[in-house]
Amino acid sequence: MGVEQKLGNMGVVTTTLENMVNWSRTNAMWPMLFGLACCAIEMMAAQASDYDMSRFGMELMRASPRQSDLMIVAGRCSKKMGPVLRRLYDQMPEPKWVIAMGDCASCGGVFNNYAIFQGVDEVVPVDVYVAGCPPRPEALIHGVLTLYEKVKGDTFKEYAVKYK
Amino acid sequence: MSQIEEVSVDQFKHLVSERALTGETMLLNMGPQHPSTHGVLRVLLELDGETIINCVPDIGYLHTGVEKNMEAKTYQKAEVMTDRLDYMNPLGNNLSYVLAVEKLVDLDVPARAQAIRVILVELQRIASHMVWLGAFGLDLAAMSMFLYCFRERERILDIFELVSGQRMMTTYIRPGGVWRDVPVEFDKAVREFVQMFHKRVDEYERLLTRNPIFIDRLVGIGYLSVETALQYGVTGPNLRASGSDWDLRKARPYMGYEQYDFNIPTRPEGDTYARYIVRIEELRESLKIIEQALNKMPLGPVNSDNRKFVPPPRAEIGVSMEALIHHFKLWTEGFPAPKNSVYSAVESPRGELGMYLEGDGGPKPYRIHLRTPSFDNLAVLPEIVKGHLVADLVAILASIDIVLGDIDR
Amino acid sequence: MDKRLEPIVKDVQEKFGATLAEFREEAHLFVAAEKIVGALTLLRDTHKFELLSALTASDYYPQTTPRFHVIYQLSSVEKNLTLQVRVPVNEANPQVPTAAHVYKVANWREREVFDMFGIVFEGHPDPRRILMPEDTVGHPLRKDYPLGYEEPQFTFNFDEIRVVKPAPKE
Repeated sequence: MGVEQKLGNMGVVTTTLENMVNWSRTNAMWPMLFGLACCAIEMMAAQASDYDMSRFGMELMRASPRQSDLMIVAGRCSKKMGPVLRRLYDQMPEPKWVIAMGDCASCGGVFNNYAIFQGVDEVVPVDVYVAGCPPRPEALIHGVLTLYEKVKGDTFKEYAVKYK
Repeated sequence: MSQIEEVSVDQFKHLVSERALTGETMLLNMGPQHPSTHGVLRVLLELDGETIINCVPDIGYLHTGVEKNMEAKTYQKAEVMTDRLDYMNPLGNNLSYVLAVEKLVDLDVPARAQAIRVILVELQRIASHMVWLGAFGLDLAAMSMFLYCFRERERILDIFELVSGQRMMTTYIRPGGVWRDVPVEFDKAVREFVQMFHKRVDEYERLLTRNPIFIDRLVGIGYLSVETALQYGVTGPNLRASGSDWDLRKARPYMGYEQYDFNIPTRPEGDTYARYIVRIEELRESLKIIEQALNKMPLGPVNSDNRKFVPPPRAEIGVSMEALIHHFKLWTEGFPAPKNSVYSAVESPRGELGMYLEGDGGPKPYRIHLRTPSFDNLAVLPEIVKGHLVADLVAILASIDIVLGDIDR
Repeated sequence: MDKRLEPIVKDVQEKFGATLAEFREEAHLFVAAEKIVGALTLLRDTHKFELLSALTASDYYPQTTPRFHVIYQLSSVEKNLTLQVRVPVNEANPQVPTAAHVYKVANWREREVFDMFGIVFEGHPDPRRILMPEDTVGHPLRKDYPLGYEEPQFTFNFDEIRVVKPAPKE
């Protein structure tokens, strides 16, 4: 039972440590259970029965930033929320990634006014932007898979520079 | 970007008891990032052991500036903002705004458009209650409710996608009618959904209504009397669970609600369990309305033919110069509205959703105020959680069904 | 205007010197600021307007007298009536007595009006901002407060905005 049945008897597999680490990171990425606005409902839908994001190793939404390594900024970020969002980001253990879900989080969307940050990338560094208002759950899943691609290409050297 | 301010007790001195200042009771911060606050609500709790003595909600973490932003857009363009206001109920918000605009400029809507609007808004009410029920179950540790409810909600969103091309933010209801007629598959899709959903509501009830754990956690928790509710401006299912039968669909019928036969579910208990029962009953009543509206849906146009406010159909633009001019004028300038104000309200899944709309003779609204139900429903929270445990706060907060986008606007 | 509303309007007019305006079957009563608490109490107790549906304001900048209207939208659940009461407020002295003890919902709604318009409600039990951060300068819904529009980034102005736009620390 298990992986041997699918892959056959592979015996020894050789790979680089980098590949191995990145592979394990992508297959157990825990997003933070944290929604801001409309997109949070679609994020919930992506977790729920029809779309089921746990197929990609993401069934575990952690309510605490200290246990999560992916922050999905789902919705518009107001000027009052900005410092809180930053504090949550700072509390996440490294390595950490951010997905800006939806137009409001990516660029302010329709709310071009005094109260909203024009893109959450003014507050936290963003890895993947997902377009849509709100993005469909498929779009979010695509965004997550895009992030996986990015993580798989990371090298230790980059990490060393990024997180000193 | 401003930093998080260090808050001292001095700022809240008048809101907490004397004992908090001496350190006898504990001040606990809950939120803005907390799974059971349904968004970015922050609550400051004063606790004596595990009993809540005082509760100070802090809102504004999702303040979007919708009102100011709508003043900068024409009447048609401002509508997209209303979708994103209360994101569980986009079509209901559209309807509220559109009714205010129609009242301001005195525009009539064809009967078919009214029926379509009623069907969609009632579907939206079900979808909203589905998210509520799912989250309510989740907060009370009934995980499977969440999965079941979202399964049904997806079917409703499929219908929205069928008619408008968008799942959530449809902006389908427009001043003077709807965006375009519903496709031929609409009737069948809605009927299938209604048929299926009757059984599903029974299924939810089998799971929850007589569940002993569920009852233990809800009965007698968070009592709200009808006088307190009215004093705090609480409307919608929360008010009806306290015994009042105030429902704007019956009291001041709009969109032809007077022709449909439905009941207003009420409960006298006023506790968290009553609020749950009322919402479940509302699901069935909504289904009744949808069925009747489907059967009665007349044929005919879905948009007013007043070309000063409603853009002409695409086919007309090619053959009529006048239509072309109207089209151009409407999309570049918008339509003017009289210099006066109206207030119109609809019954959203959460209560009275009112729009105060003021025109100044130009194509842009001079002032819009959104009277959002969650704002007042949350204001009553400090009153009803006093003396309960922290775990009960979660149940009460879930039962009053707040949406932060609705509160902070 | 609803027939049943006429005696109520007349009563308020006699006791508080209110003036009436009508539009699309809605009644708007204009009451002076110092008399508003009395008028609301009368409407609540005698005429059964037990629900304060909305409390907001409107800014008529650059007009200064009155610059604001504070708007009370009342509903009667028992009689199924609505009535709007408007209070003109001057720019020089934007103060209205609080109605928080008449309708408890006015507590939060008045905080919102203070936050958004800078109209002070005298005697308010909890006069803090409610939606904006505490350190905000100005009152956003006033007409002389800028919308805060930020130029969207397109191909032609890509570089300019890239320089201007703030970026976070890692």
